[in-house]
Amino acid sequence: MAEGENRKLLDEITQSDYKYGFETNIETEFAPFGLTEDTVRYISAKKNEPEFMLEFRLKAYQRWKQMKLPNWAHLTIPEINFEEISFYAAPIQKKAPGSLDEIDPELRSTFNKLGISLEEQMRLSGIAVDAVMDSVSVKTTFTDTLAKHGIIFCSMSEAIQHHPDLIKKYLASVVPVSDNYYAALNSAVFSDGSFAYIPKGVRCPMELSTYFRINAKNSGQFERTLIVADEGSYVSYLEGCTAPMRDENQLHAAVVEIVALENAEVKYSTVQNWYPGDKQGKGGIYNFVTKRGICKGNNSKISWTQVETGSAITWKYPGVLLRGDNSVGEFYSVAVTNNHQQADTGSKMIHIGKNTKSTIISKGISAGFSNNSYRGLVKVMKNAENARNYTQCDSLLMGEKCGAHTFPYIEVDNVSAIVEHEATTSKISEDQLFYCLQRGIDTEKAVGLIVNGYAREVLSKLPMEFAVEAQKLLAISLEGSVG
Amino acid sequence: MLKIKDLRVSINNKEILKGISLNVNKGEVHAIMGPNGSGKSTLASVLAGRDIYEITAGTVEYNGKDLLDQAPDVRAKEGIFLGFQYPVEIPGVNMMTFMRTAVNEIRTHRGLEPLSAKAFLALSEERKTLVEIGSRFDGRSVNEGFSGGEKKRNEIYQMAMLEPTLAILDETDSGLDIDALKVVANGVNKLRKPENATIVITHYQRLLDFIIPDFVHVLYNGKIVKSGGKELALELEIRGYDWIKKEQGEN
Repeated sequence: MAEGENRKLLDEITQSDYKYGFETNIETEFAPFGLTEDTVRYISAKKNEPEFMLEFRLKAYQRWKQMKLPNWAHLTIPEINFEEISFYAAPIQKKAPGSLDEIDPELRSTFNKLGISLEEQMRLSGIAVDAVMDSVSVKTTFTDTLAKHGIIFCSMSEAIQHHPDLIKKYLASVVPVSDNYYAALNSAVFSDGSFAYIPKGVRCPMELSTYFRINAKNSGQFERTLIVADEGSYVSYLEGCTAPMRDENQLHAAVVEIVALENAEVKYSTVQNWYPGDKQGKGGIYNFVTKRGICKGNNSKISWTQVETGSAITWKYPGVLLRGDNSVGEFYSVAVTNNHQQADTGSKMIHIGKNTKSTIISKGISAGFSNNSYRGLVKVMKNAENARNYTQCDSLLMGEKCGAHTFPYIEVDNVSAIVEHEATTSKISEDQLFYCLQRGIDTEKAVGLIVNGYAREVLSKLPMEFAVEAQKLLAISLEGSVG
Repeated sequence: MLKIKDLRVSINNKEILKGISLNVNKGEVHAIMGPNGSGKSTLASVLAGRDIYEITAGTVEYNGKDLLDQAPDVRAKEGIFLGFQYPVEIPGVNMMTFMRTAVNEIRTHRGLEPLSAKAFLALSEERKTLVEIGSRFDGRSVNEGFSGGEKKRNEIYQMAMLEPTLAILDETDSGLDIDALKVVANGVNKLRKPENATIVITHYQRLLDFIIPDFVHVLYNGKIVKSGGKELALELEIRGYDWIKKEQGEN
C-alpha cells in the first residue's frame, strides 16, 4: 500500500455513516409476493429460458420445500416470512439497451454514484464490470475486448441463452441444488449474476468484476455466479455490493461456484458492504451465501479473499474442494461487525487429492453489541496423502458488549496429514491508543491505523483498487466504537 | 512555558502526586530524579494527558493555556512530546506510515502543508542519523520485535521528526548499555534549542553525565523535596536516596 493512499483514506475516515444508502427512483417490475411453483415459472418465463433451466428450477423448488432452515449457526435470525418477499424485481428500462447510450440514465447515474462507471473509456484501471441491479444485469463492459481472447464474460441470463452447454455441464456441479436450504432456494429463483469462462492457456488480461446493487423494496436478491477456468488459465475476479438504507430487512441468498481445471488459478475477492442496519439494529441485509470452488484438475489453485463489513446477518463459508493432486486452496478473511450486526463466517477446505494444501487466515473484528463467529471445517479424506492445512483465526474485540467466537472443526482420515490451528483473541489496548494520541493522531485515525495493521495480512491479498476501498471501509465501519 | 501549581493526582483513590509545583522556561533542561514509586512516571503521564488518573487539585499552564483542559492528541499537536519508558508495539502498522501520519497531523494543526512522500523520506533520512539507526526500521511495524535499545532510539527519532516545544523523556536511559545511552543522549543534545525545553526523568545520575541539566529536582513520595543545579545529581549519586528519605523522615 502506497503511503499516499494511506493518507488519503485516513483523511476520509471522518465521514460517517453508510454512504451508499440512497435509493434509485426507477420503475420496477415485481414478481407477485411469495414463492410457489408459479413464481418459479414466472421467473423462467420472464427470462425466456430454455426448457432445461425451467426443469432445473422446478426440481430445486421441490427440494427446497422439503428442507428446513439451518439453525446451527451462532446467529439469532428473526423469522423470515417468504410470503412478503418478491422473488423477482427488475428495473424497467424504456427499451432493451443495445448500446451504452440506451441504458436508462437513472441506472447509469446510480452506478456512477457508486463509483462504477459503465463507460469503458472512462475506466482507466481496465476492469471489466458486470453491473447487476436487483434481479437483472444492467450492463457488462469490455465483453468485446475479452472475446478476442476467447473469454466469455456476461450475465448469467445471457450465458443460459448463448452457452447452454457450459451451463448444463457446470451449473450446480460444485454446489448441488440440495446442498443447503439457501442454495436450493437460490437454484429455484436465481435471476441473474455473472458467468465467466476462461479458455485453455489464457491469462485473463484484466480483472473481472461484478457489482451487485439491491434497490427495490420488499425484494430479495438471488444471484448466481459461475466461473470456469479451463486448463492452464488464470483469472482474478472481484465482487462488490451495496444496498439502500431501509428499515425492513432484505434477503440476499447468492450462490457462487468456481471450477478450476488442471493448472488453472482463480482468485476471487469480495468487498461486501451491504447495508448493515442502523445503530439500533433496525433494517439491513440478511446475507446468506454459499460460495464454493473445486480444484478439479491437478496443480490447480483457488483463493478466496473477503472483506466483510456490511449486512445485518452474515452466514457464509467460502470453501474449496481440493480434488486434483497438488491443488491449493486459500481463504483470507476480514470480518467486521459493529452495532447489532451478526456474522457467522469461515471456510471449508476438503482435501481429496494427494499433496493438497490449504491455508485459512481469518481476522474477526467485533465492536458495539455485535457477535462475530469464525466457523471452519478442515477435512482430510482417506486418500489425501500428505495433505497440509494451516489455519489462523484472530479475533479483535473493541469494547465490552461484543462477542467473538471460534468454532473450528477438524476431521482427518489420513495419518500423513499435517493440520495446524492457531487462534488468538486481543483487544485494542489503551496503551496502543494512547501512544498514537501522544503522537498527535486522533482517536478515529488511530483506530483506523491499528485495525488496518491488524488486518494487513489479508488486505495485502486484495487487488490494489480494492485494497484502498477495503481500508476505508474498515475505518468507517468502526467509527465511534472506541472512546 | 510550563507552570505546574500545586498539582494533586490520584489513582483508585490513592494519592500519587501530593502537590507538585514546577516552572519550566524556554531553553531549560530540567531533570526529575527520585527513587522508585515516587511519582515520576505519573507526572509524565499526567502532563501528556493519560486519562486513567484523577486530578484532584492544582493547575497546569502551558504556553499560556490550561493544559489539563486539552485532549492528549491536542497536547501533542501543541508541541508536547512524551518519550515512553515502555514504548508499545503496534503490530501490522508500518513504522513509516505511522510516523508520516503523525508528522502530517501535527503540521496540519500548525497550518503547514502536509509533507509529500518524498519530502517526508528526505526529512526522515536526515533525522535518523541523529540516533544512528540507518534503515533498521524500514518495512517494520511500530516497535514490533524491536530490541530495548531500538525502541528507545525510535522514541528519540520520533521526537526529532515531530520537533516538540516541550519534550518529556521518561526513563529513556533504562535498559540501555553505555554506547546506546551515549547515542540517545547525543540525539537529545542536538535537539536542544533556545526555544525548546526538556524534562528528563531518570532514576540514575549516569544519563545526566551526557545530558547536562540546568535544574535537578528530587521527587519523593509525591512531592518535590529538593531542587538545585546539576551538582545535586552528583550529590545523589554519592549519597544515594536514603539521605533524602532520612531528611524527610526527620521533617
